[in-house]
Amino acid sequence: MGLAKRIIPCLDVDAGRVVKGVKFIDIRDAGDPVEVARRYDREGADEITFLDITASSDQRDTIVHVVEDVAGEVFIPLTVGGGIRNTDDILRMLNAGADKVAINTAAVFNPAFVRKATDSFGSQCIVVAIDAKQVSAEGEPKRWEIFTHGGRKPTGVDAIAWAKRMADHGAGEILLTSMDRDGTKIGFDLELTRAISRAIEIPVIASGGVGNLQHLVDGVRQGEADAVLAASIFHFAEYSIGEAKSYMREQGVEVRQ
Amino acid sequence: MHTIAVVDYSMGNLRSVSKAIAHVADDVRVLVTDDAEAIANAERVVFPGQGAARDCMAAIERHGLRGVILAAAREKPFLGICMGLQVLLSHSQENRGTELLGLFPGEVRRFASGMTDHGQRLKIPHMGWSQVNQTRPHPLWKDIDDGARFYFVHSYHVDPDDASLTAATTDYGIRYASAIARDNLFAVQFHPEKSAAAGLTLLRNFVQWKP
Repeated sequence: MGLAKRIIPCLDVDAGRVVKGVKFIDIRDAGDPVEVARRYDREGADEITFLDITASSDQRDTIVHVVEDVAGEVFIPLTVGGGIRNTDDILRMLNAGADKVAINTAAVFNPAFVRKATDSFGSQCIVVAIDAKQVSAEGEPKRWEIFTHGGRKPTGVDAIAWAKRMADHGAGEILLTSMDRDGTKIGFDLELTRAISRAIEIPVIASGGVGNLQHLVDGVRQGEADAVLAASIFHFAEYSIGEAKSYMREQGVEVRQ
Repeated sequence: MHTIAVVDYSMGNLRSVSKAIAHVADDVRVLVTDDAEAIANAERVVFPGQGAARDCMAAIERHGLRGVILAAAREKPFLGICMGLQVLLSHSQENRGTELLGLFPGEVRRFASGMTDHGQRLKIPHMGWSQVNQTRPHPLWKDIDDGARFYFVHSYHVDPDDASLTAATTDYGIRYASAIARDNLFAVQFHPEKSAAAGLTLLRNFVQWKP
């Protein structure tokens, strides 16, 4: 038996509440983050990721309290992303009880920040989040570029080259979200996931598009991802983490009991 | 009241470790400290650590903790976690070669690039949940299944000269020692504070351990 493929539920948190945007527009309330995190832990989640999407600056501290509350009772790795701009932000999250932070936009604007962060805090706690979108036309060889600001702003940077660069800067893993698939429930962008996973030595977490349990299996089998992240299928209790693991195990994927 | 010192030498996030111990231990004071006297006076010592070997060694010296860590490792219930295991050996390949505390002769080696398992490429760092195979009975394994999964994140692993130190092995491309034990000392490569029920059980066993 080797390394288990990780299942990571993601909680999008806005002003202290769990929400999930469909294509970043439609928002439904999914509950109290501490309650939800506790439930995922009980069900056997391998890690939990919090994505802070709070827009107003006067409520930015709410995520710190959420992490503090969760870290006092849930003893699995916790990752926090969204709005991590400098080493003070990282320190604040780690002190609150986060084990890793996910850096996205700030890495694009200042790649050296990732190097600085991994030097200061260690690669193990620095995740680089990449939002990628297909830019090649039908019939052309597939090509993806990275986007910032929740997928709204193009950068012109090739996603595979960017992932390699971030790995060279010491990132501990890559959280890869397909903007084409996020919220669609039609499955991961498997070609994108496989291309990135093969290009770098560090682990890749596949994200964006999970609508059923077979999609999770496809992500690790065809996408060659080391971990799979999903939000809505778990929040609205369409499936429990336990059901996801049983299904993956039946399909021959190694998971933690 | 019993005091457990969690050694704080500015290497990594000690909050999870102290919170997890506090969660399993009722009438115990958990003290996160870099004070040599406080560590020397504690009944038990937890020695965590993250980051690069050279930085860890430099931080131990800067905080003036070499002597008190080595004394605790010889005298009282002592739990090393992650880098807190690795720096107990004599030498690491990390940072083009780093001298360590040298309590146990042996080398800390990097996982080789391009390892595979059943045709699958193994990523570095080794990150996630792997099985811990107990190689001998030990009070800290109480109520933990042989082969239970724990959470790992590391690129280097220990290779102690004295094979009898090994208390558990884990397979990741190679089979390596993921826990070592001698007398009052137990040290693990994985993170019990992040390993859900199995990890909390191990921490509870440590708190109750009377070596």
